[in-house]
Amino acid sequence: MFSAEVATDISWILENAWIIPAIPAASFLLILFFGKKTPGGGHWIGITSVLAIFALSLWSAVAWIGYVDDSHGAEAEAEHAAVVEEFAVGDTLTLAAAEEPVEGEEHAVEATPGPILSERDWFSIAPFDTFKIGTLVDGQSVMLLFVVTFISSLVHIFSVDYVAGDRRYTHYFAFLSLFTSAMLFMVLSSNTLQLIVGWELVGVCSFALIGHWWEEKPNSDAALKAFLTNRVGDIGLLVGMTILFFAAGGTFDITTINTMAGAGEIGQGTLLVASLCLLGAVMSKSGQFILHTWLPDAMAGPTPVSALIHAATMVVAGIYLVGRLYSVFWVGLAIPGSNINALALIGGVTCVFGGMLAFVQNDIKKVLAYSTVSQLGYMALALGVGAWTAGMFHLFTHAFFKACLFLGAGSLSHACHHSFDMKAEMGGLRKIMPKTFITFVIGSLALAGIPPMAGFWSKDEILAGAGVWPGTGGNGTYYIPFIFGMITAALTAAYMSRVIWLVFFGQYRGHSQPHENGPLITVPLMILAFMATVVGFLNMPPAFATAIGLPESWGERFGHYVEPAGIASFPGDLGHANPSLSLAIVASLLAAGAGGVVWLYYQALYRKDSMATEVTGGLKDKHKVLAAGHTMLVNKYYLDDLYTETIAMGTKGPIAKAAYWFNQNVLDGVIDTVGKGTVGLGRFVYRYIDQGAIDGSVRGMGVGADDSGQMLRKVQSGKIRQYAMLMFGGAVVLVAVFIVAV
Amino acid sequence: MSELLDTWGITVMVFLPLVGALIMMLVPAADEEMHKVIALATTLATGVWGAIMLWPSNFDYDNTAQLQFVTDKRWIDIVNARYTVGIDGISLPLIALTLLVVPLVIIYSWNHIPSPGNAKAFLMLTLVLHTGMLGSFVAQDLVLFFVFFEVVLLPMYFMIGVWGGEQRMYAAIKFFLFTLFGSALMLVSFLALYWATGAETFNMVGLAERVDSENVKLATQVWIFGGMFLGFGIKVPMFPFHTWLPDAHTQAPTQGSVILAAVLLKLGTYGFVRIAIPILPKAAIEWAPVIGALAVIGIIYGALGCLAQTDMKRLIAFSSVAHMGYVMLGIATLTTFGINAAIFGMVAHGLITGMLFFIAGSIKERFHTLEIKRLGGLILQMPKMGWILGFTTMASLGLPGLAGFWGEFPAILAAYQPAAGLSTGLFRFYMVVAAIGTVLAAAYLLWLLQRTAFGTPSEEFADDPEIHDMVITEWIAWVPMLILIVLFGFMPGLIFDVTDGAVQAGLSAIGAG
Repeated sequence: MFSAEVATDISWILENAWIIPAIPAASFLLILFFGKKTPGGGHWIGITSVLAIFALSLWSAVAWIGYVDDSHGAEAEAEHAAVVEEFAVGDTLTLAAAEEPVEGEEHAVEATPGPILSERDWFSIAPFDTFKIGTLVDGQSVMLLFVVTFISSLVHIFSVDYVAGDRRYTHYFAFLSLFTSAMLFMVLSSNTLQLIVGWELVGVCSFALIGHWWEEKPNSDAALKAFLTNRVGDIGLLVGMTILFFAAGGTFDITTINTMAGAGEIGQGTLLVASLCLLGAVMSKSGQFILHTWLPDAMAGPTPVSALIHAATMVVAGIYLVGRLYSVFWVGLAIPGSNINALALIGGVTCVFGGMLAFVQNDIKKVLAYSTVSQLGYMALALGVGAWTAGMFHLFTHAFFKACLFLGAGSLSHACHHSFDMKAEMGGLRKIMPKTFITFVIGSLALAGIPPMAGFWSKDEILAGAGVWPGTGGNGTYYIPFIFGMITAALTAAYMSRVIWLVFFGQYRGHSQPHENGPLITVPLMILAFMATVVGFLNMPPAFATAIGLPESWGERFGHYVEPAGIASFPGDLGHANPSLSLAIVASLLAAGAGGVVWLYYQALYRKDSMATEVTGGLKDKHKVLAAGHTMLVNKYYLDDLYTETIAMGTKGPIAKAAYWFNQNVLDGVIDTVGKGTVGLGRFVYRYIDQGAIDGSVRGMGVGADDSGQMLRKVQSGKIRQYAMLMFGGAVVLVAVFIVAV
Repeated sequence: MSELLDTWGITVMVFLPLVGALIMMLVPAADEEMHKVIALATTLATGVWGAIMLWPSNFDYDNTAQLQFVTDKRWIDIVNARYTVGIDGISLPLIALTLLVVPLVIIYSWNHIPSPGNAKAFLMLTLVLHTGMLGSFVAQDLVLFFVFFEVVLLPMYFMIGVWGGEQRMYAAIKFFLFTLFGSALMLVSFLALYWATGAETFNMVGLAERVDSENVKLATQVWIFGGMFLGFGIKVPMFPFHTWLPDAHTQAPTQGSVILAAVLLKLGTYGFVRIAIPILPKAAIEWAPVIGALAVIGIIYGALGCLAQTDMKRLIAFSSVAHMGYVMLGIATLTTFGINAAIFGMVAHGLITGMLFFIAGSIKERFHTLEIKRLGGLILQMPKMGWILGFTTMASLGLPGLAGFWGEFPAILAAYQPAAGLSTGLFRFYMVVAAIGTVLAAAYLLWLLQRTAFGTPSEEFADDPEIHDMVITEWIAWVPMLILIVLFGFMPGLIFDVTDGAVQAGLSAIGAG
């Protein structure tokens, strides 16, 4: 049997992927408890574990590629269409219900093999099926395993020098390990509940690392802001996942949810609400406009952390989530055949608005942060227009070049007084720091999408995926997102051009003696620059491959191994846009042109005044509209004021105080008044009735005080039985009233 | 052995602490060490005895719906009250929690006897409390339950009133009167139930059957439920009956706060799950929207209250109002998911808030203040305790992977689809409000963390020689709780798998899904 063969061929690592997050988790505990006592303050533990899981991830990538190739072995193209049809309707639920990787005979000829699930029981609550915890290994998760462990390894090594001598060196490495573990745990989730757990755990690591230097209040403020903004988005996550849980008949299983959504077993309205809720979470986690404001502030953390968490990995969690539950979004947002939807719009707006903000920053990390916002917008846009592979591919390429840029910024700051101020502390560094310079330029070219760097390929696929350019096809005609995408292409090149000029050209304006850094810092930069150059070819169009003399089958390898096309849990009607040479040329020219204009502007400036970083009395000072626009940008569209000053301060100030006043004066006032009133009543009763009337008469009658004393002693003796009976008797009267009243 | 456990197991467990207290009576008060040893030995023996009973070879975990180790003896014939005790999946986690927390409190007391001292009286009261709490969780007869419920009241009253802070008398009396008022109404309800069903029994299961078979009028059921609602609701405490809590917590000595938060509040929620809902399922459906509304108001209101606090301990107290709101929301859904979450939430809140009160107590001891403004940079001055505070606040805000999450998210989830007969739209509204509450929870807890643990120490305390990091008794008392917070966070099945069967059985009358 074919199915049996495939099942036995699965590599060990693909079925035991849980070990990949488990190793850094163990490393976290080891560093936490023994790190300070080990040589290197714990960094050896962290580095060893992260290199180990990088090796395991490589193994799983190779194993996955082999697995995909194997299952293609006996593929019969002719049967393909018929089988998919039969499979899509009839067999969806058995696929979901079966725990084993499903390789039934019908599935043997799918375009891509299904995910490999390895699960065990987690807990059970009737009447639902036992909830599982486990790993879902497929192209998408393997790709992320590779990205996360690769970047994490380099960041670990980079940090040894960069963070050296830090007051909490050991603690820093402990949290790097914890983050890596949590991120991998999330990536491998086989169900949405587990995904929520991982999602929040990475958030906590982000909190801890942003606030790494929490002695200074701005840092802890940034950490709080990050966590709280993400919590706002998490409302959507919790609600959205709840909706999907019930819609899928009481399961968190990702494959089942996707399969049912794709097969039309969940109403489109339900899916729409669920995907809009989840979008809230995507917006906060992946820095989409208007919940992006925490991300630039998060730059308060150490720079390697920014590279790892706030550029390459954690912030793409939202993109990953959409990709993971793509059938839900696909149907819910009605992506195919449309020309706009919430995701594409948010992505489009984010990439333009983020790009514009990147323009007015003087802090190099802030530029990169807004650039990350902008690029995450690209990814969201890609998923919104139905270009799943393009979105994932951009996630992949972006991780390398953005990590390269962030670590480059770290290298610069390490040399320049620990400052990130491009205007005050940098300039003319290309000769002093040549390695950093070259790698940074490569990263920038990749980001700007200049061919043949990595960003060019992925950006081009996204633009083609919008389906607007003639001949691209795609899944709809997304005009507005396409226009936003084109604008961003120009913007990106322009602001990176500004950064390079300010940092590396002109004259040095700082006050220290900059120097090139040692190999622990520059070697990771070179590796990343190399990756930023080559990874784009992983998904080059087949036509391009033949054009440069390579076999056609070398084209689109990324999509081939990563995209789960043709399985029931992935949209079956997803179309692939055709690459367009003319679009590629136009977009590249646009980017090059925009970058060039900015370059010429600074050149002109330099000729006038070699220390100048901006024109005084220039356009924005003369023109009111431009001036207003600039002010708007400098103030980050006033969103921070709205969130911090109005919402946050309003809640913890007036609103909380009012609630507490209500508590103390109204609620408690009632209680106290009742209490005081009762005491007053008691005094009255005692003075005038008890002591006056009753006691008087009692005394008068001279009834034996002995008896009442006996009674009292009995009462006070504390015997439980009597106490109970007494209460019992006393309540009888009340009950009688009660019963009668009812 | 197993026969002994079946007939005497629970009785020994419940009354062993009382025996310890009696022995302590014979020891002179001056010999404080001796008292501590006896108290610890007693609670540890109780814990070991309990552990033996709950060991899988003795307790049948495949059948948690079934009451086990049932003892049913004559007690007060005149009112048909019997001494009926047993343990099932609903009470088990709470019994285990009690068995764990009390010895830890006594270990903590080793060098933290609050002023004005007198270890003898203090520890004896703790032991009496222990008996009262265990008794409440095992009682299967309403009168017996009521008696144990009241037994708890007095020791706590004295604990607050004698060993409390500056306004201890006010807080103690408020606590006492509030609870007494509630329990009086509760008792009235129990009696009403007794007559309305003509049951001639106070057995919980028996009453539930009679309510069903005798066709007690719905209006009567609703009234009776209302009485219980007040009784239990005050204990929880639910908004708007919560105002005793911040005062009691703030004034109580650390040990009192820990026990109050960890166990006593659960008597209220436990009462709903164990008594009110199974006996009066129809009335529960009528009341559920009200309970749900008060629960979500409590969530938001408690959180706002926290944001307004300037005192750390009072803040933690207010956070209990919010957290118990999630528990009550879970209960109000009347679904297996919700009630399992509620029980999980009770245990999680017990561990986490108990921990927070422990920490607050230790900070107070070192700094002689809990005013948030004056604190700061705790992690610099006492790194280990500072990080434990950080960890515990994370747990408290319901971070997945730690215990708090499993009381919170499943309760929110359950509200999406409440039991049949409840308004789905209304409960979905509650769901969203509760979800918003998670943001506020993060806000007040992290803000607390920022103001106390981060930053640098204030000048006032920067060179204070009295301020030192963890001491050994703190380690011993806290580590088990911290480990359990993580363990339950990653293995929620440890609790859910125990409670689920019993919860299903309790809800069978509602036919919930």
